[in-house]
Amino acid sequence: MSVTLTPSQTVGPYLHIGLTDTRSLSQIAADGAPGERIFLACNVFDADDMAVPDAMIELWQADADGRYHHPEDAPERVQDPLFRGHGRMPTNAQGSCSFQTIKPGQVPGPDGTLQAPHVNVSLLGRGLLNRLPTRIYFAGDPANATDPVLLLVPEDRRATLLAQPDTNRQGGWQFDIHLSGPRETVFFDV
Amino acid sequence: MSATTIPPSNKTAPPKVVPYRRPEPGTQPESNYAAYRATARRAPARPLIYLPHTLSEVTGPVFGHEKISETDNDLTRQHSGDPLGERIIVSGRVLDGDGRPVANSLIEIWQANAAGRYRHAIDNHAAPLDPNFSGAGRTLTDENGAYRFVTIKPGAYPWRNHENAWRPAHIHFSLFGPAFATRLIGQMYFPGDPLFAYDPVLQSIPDEKSRQRLISKFDLETTKPEWALAYRFDIILRGRDATPLDQPRGSAR
Repeated sequence: MSVTLTPSQTVGPYLHIGLTDTRSLSQIAADGAPGERIFLACNVFDADDMAVPDAMIELWQADADGRYHHPEDAPERVQDPLFRGHGRMPTNAQGSCSFQTIKPGQVPGPDGTLQAPHVNVSLLGRGLLNRLPTRIYFAGDPANATDPVLLLVPEDRRATLLAQPDTNRQGGWQFDIHLSGPRETVFFDV
Repeated sequence: MSATTIPPSNKTAPPKVVPYRRPEPGTQPESNYAAYRATARRAPARPLIYLPHTLSEVTGPVFGHEKISETDNDLTRQHSGDPLGERIIVSGRVLDGDGRPVANSLIEIWQANAAGRYRHAIDNHAAPLDPNFSGAGRTLTDENGAYRFVTIKPGAYPWRNHENAWRPAHIHFSLFGPAFATRLIGQMYFPGDPLFAYDPVLQSIPDEKSRQRLISKFDLETTKPEWALAYRFDIILRGRDATPLDQPRGSAR
């Protein structure tokens, strides 16, 4: 039995002071980072489909080669100036925020499988006592059909994890997060 | 070549994934906690889906090489004058669930001023702002997992959750730890606060020992005579099942 862990608490309504006023990060991949450039917009809604204007989204993703810039995957890439792999933004009055990045490559899954391209999401906000982890997959990617994590999700809920292409913008993707309600997004116990 | 297997051109096996242990039941807040009203429209209604850890969960953003300036961890020296209030030193160690130090790890904090007012556009509590206090700081843990902030003791403040609701004085803190799985945002409280029993944010955690983990201890040893009181606050992140194996690999996957 290990020692008692420090529990989570809500970030509250004033998270911006400590986390985003000077420390937000919308550019996950700089110009010149290899890969397919994408613009990823996230839109957060509550149980009544009202926009959530005081949430924060953090993203963590692999590079175009499917490598995480972390000591346990690609230590030699940890200080890559063109690719941080990490972003965080507060939602605006419309419940939205957006990121400039590249589409991640495929990373290994369990038992020799490959995971479909995905971005790991932490959602935080007032009213959320625990961080809500989810994942963004890309609609239409053939690898989705065999992704080991998507296969854990009941089939009728998998679509909640798919970003949809934005027809108004080259490279644009839209990902809607419903905290609750009939279209509730799948959140993970990580 | 199947889409679900590693291509044969890979000369190096993918890194071994050593999972992080899950928190024991009752040791984290209940997400849907009626007494904290904002959870009603925001907490998910459906159960979370258990995600066995993959490379995506055991990696995470690395901040150890970031520059921390002299005033980043001293919130009393970020302006031309001294902030009002009781100067305090908050220090401690960041450890994992097995007592191992979490080194070179980013800690970010934010808080109200001594009067209980945040420097934030939507905080309209009828208490004064302090021109000499912004209320945000950051630091990195050292090789022993130790950290230290100098700040002022924040005031309690009212919120509209219920009739005559007041938050106990607290400092928000945010840690990434070594992986996506270890991300933690919590709040540090001060010992003996009479508001604990009435605070649904703290009381949302069922386990008493876990609630106590969020309450700092008065730390006479760190106190600086004629200058500042001190509080000790150790932060315990999740541990792993085993020490990760050394995973040398080439440039090709």
